[in-house]
Amino acid sequence: MSVSRRSFLRNSVAGGVALAAPALIANVARAADGPIKLGSLHDLSGPLAATGEPMVYATELAVKEINAAGGLLGREVELINYDTQSNIQLYSQFAQQLAVRDKVDVVHGGITSASREAIRPIFNRFRTLYFYNTLYEGGVCDRNTFNFGTTPAQTVEKLVPYAMNLWGKKVYIIAADYNYGQITAKWMRKYVEDNGGEVLSTDFFPLDVTNFGPSISRIQAAKPDMLLSAMVGGNHTAFYRQWAAAGLKDEIPIASTTFGLVNEPATLEAAESKGVLGSYGYFEELQTPASKAFVEAIKAEHGAQTPYISEPAAATYEAVHLWAKGVALAGTADRMPVIEALETGLSFDGPSGNVLIDPITHHVTRNAFLAEVNDKSWNVLETFTAQQPLDTAAVCDLEANPNDTTHYEIDI
Amino acid sequence: MDIAIIVGLDIISGIASLLLISAGLAVIFGMMKIINLAHGEFLMLGAYTTVLSVSAGINIWIAMLVISPIVVGLIGVIVERCLIQFLYGRLVDTMLATWGLSLVIVGTTTMIFGNTIVGVASPLGGFKVGQYQSSLYTPFLAVMAVLLMVLIWVVMRFTRAGLIARAVMQNPDMAATLGVNPAKVYMATFGAGAAISGLAGGLLAPVAGIVPTMGAAYIAKAFITVVGGGTSILWGLITASGLFGFINQIAAFLTTPVYGEVILFIAAVVLIRLLPMGISGKFFKGRL
Repeated sequence: MSVSRRSFLRNSVAGGVALAAPALIANVARAADGPIKLGSLHDLSGPLAATGEPMVYATELAVKEINAAGGLLGREVELINYDTQSNIQLYSQFAQQLAVRDKVDVVHGGITSASREAIRPIFNRFRTLYFYNTLYEGGVCDRNTFNFGTTPAQTVEKLVPYAMNLWGKKVYIIAADYNYGQITAKWMRKYVEDNGGEVLSTDFFPLDVTNFGPSISRIQAAKPDMLLSAMVGGNHTAFYRQWAAAGLKDEIPIASTTFGLVNEPATLEAAESKGVLGSYGYFEELQTPASKAFVEAIKAEHGAQTPYISEPAAATYEAVHLWAKGVALAGTADRMPVIEALETGLSFDGPSGNVLIDPITHHVTRNAFLAEVNDKSWNVLETFTAQQPLDTAAVCDLEANPNDTTHYEIDI
Repeated sequence: MDIAIIVGLDIISGIASLLLISAGLAVIFGMMKIINLAHGEFLMLGAYTTVLSVSAGINIWIAMLVISPIVVGLIGVIVERCLIQFLYGRLVDTMLATWGLSLVIVGTTTMIFGNTIVGVASPLGGFKVGQYQSSLYTPFLAVMAVLLMVLIWVVMRFTRAGLIARAVMQNPDMAATLGVNPAKVYMATFGAGAAISGLAGGLLAPVAGIVPTMGAAYIAKAFITVVGGGTSILWGLITASGLFGFINQIAAFLTTPVYGEVILFIAAVVLIRLLPMGISGKFFKGRL
């Protein structure tokens, strides 16, 4: 039998395809049961890295635990993390990449409210389930988004009356000059007035202010009983330092909704930060077994250089686990079944205690804590169990309006 | 009355901190016509040096007044030898190169020391003026700023090194024919400018929040001060710092910090429009 060159080629191509066919079929089969993909968008460089790092560590820990327990629906969970470099433009870019190219089943991430508002519409457009796990000003009403951080009704509402009982009724508010600080300052004013107090003045500070001398003089001239602070970032840490250097720390006490989210208590001298009050959904110093195990697991992996593990990290860990419960209940990682499963009111016992999803607002009912800085760390004074997201509940009802995607700026 | 004294102190402190953060930049710009976009990072390195020295158990005064300027000055000399010396006379290229350098310094510092805020406590206590309180560190900064200006003046006016430096600054080719090596003078000048920045960073360490990216908060103000002052190192610096420091602090006290910054930048724009060569280009031409 003579074999022409052409027919030889034809035959071998056909044979090749036939040989490869089982491999192709296997690939298709494996894609169906390939890993469930979890996208993560957190800042690992730039000014917000100290907040983003522990959040990524918490995500990694939760994914590791889920996989160690046999994965989800018999499939492995694969973590795809992008470093958004404290840059809003990269948030939009990587969000599209996660949704379109990586085709992830869920995304956890976003730190500032600005970054959340940049990526939330993208995940709505591409129908990708999204979890935002940082404490924030409240008001996001979106069926595709779950918010695991505390909102002012859960923390500021506790902090303000506690501090006013201790120190007096005349309050001076200082806050960072962007949407978080502006809206939080409104909440502070509301709670001060609800408790019969008076706001003497509200000063906003751009994030690059470094010399607080004139502001410190203004505050002294107003003679407040206490300061409420929502200052943000490294430059603003200098405020506490200049405040203490002027000898005012023992004259006018400070309560804050941001102090200690990064590592302010460890950075400032013990004398500079002693007595500052704060209220969050989690403190690294919580002594419950779940909290201790969580902190130990992260520090064992990442060592002594780990930044302070604050509420956003704990909330991220809880959010990943609760999402996993939703997938397990739904029996699939598809978006709508998982949302419906989560809306059945799933809960999880995490480092901060029980976390319960509120189907009406897609926020969570969770514990809040009030603490005081002593000797460079937080001393937890009070625990408020099962705090509901009442601020968002006042404006948001996803059961009645499932197509709502508004971020309500709650009018106070 | 008491409040007037306190606000007066704030103004002095504002002027003094502008003088300190801009002096290193002014020396390098005035002498060498190089725009050093890594200036903020030199300040940051000075602050880190002070913090690390203090945590290693060294006295804080020695750390900020001696160690910070020496360390950052040496870094400046290395930078000049490895990078700047190839770019003299190429203004845009030096801007690009020093901007790249600033990214490298921020990145390296972040890798070594992490991204969290560090700091040292302010070494002096507070004092009372009537019902008001202020920090003793504020007048101390003002004294240091004055001493630094006097030091620059004495060195430039009365020493042989200062004479050679001024000669090279006026006409490098002529200085070279008279037996001066301009390359060496530039190296020393860049080192001195860096050392001054290191000193300023060290002095600011107790009243700043220190992170690898802190330079960005200072560099804009240092630049408008130097540009507003013009090329005369001493007089430009003093007049521009005095003007901008006064405007910024009084505006921040009377309005809010937001408007304080806005008013400062508007004032700078108006000044540059009226005096394109800076204050010293108009009033102190040819002086130090």
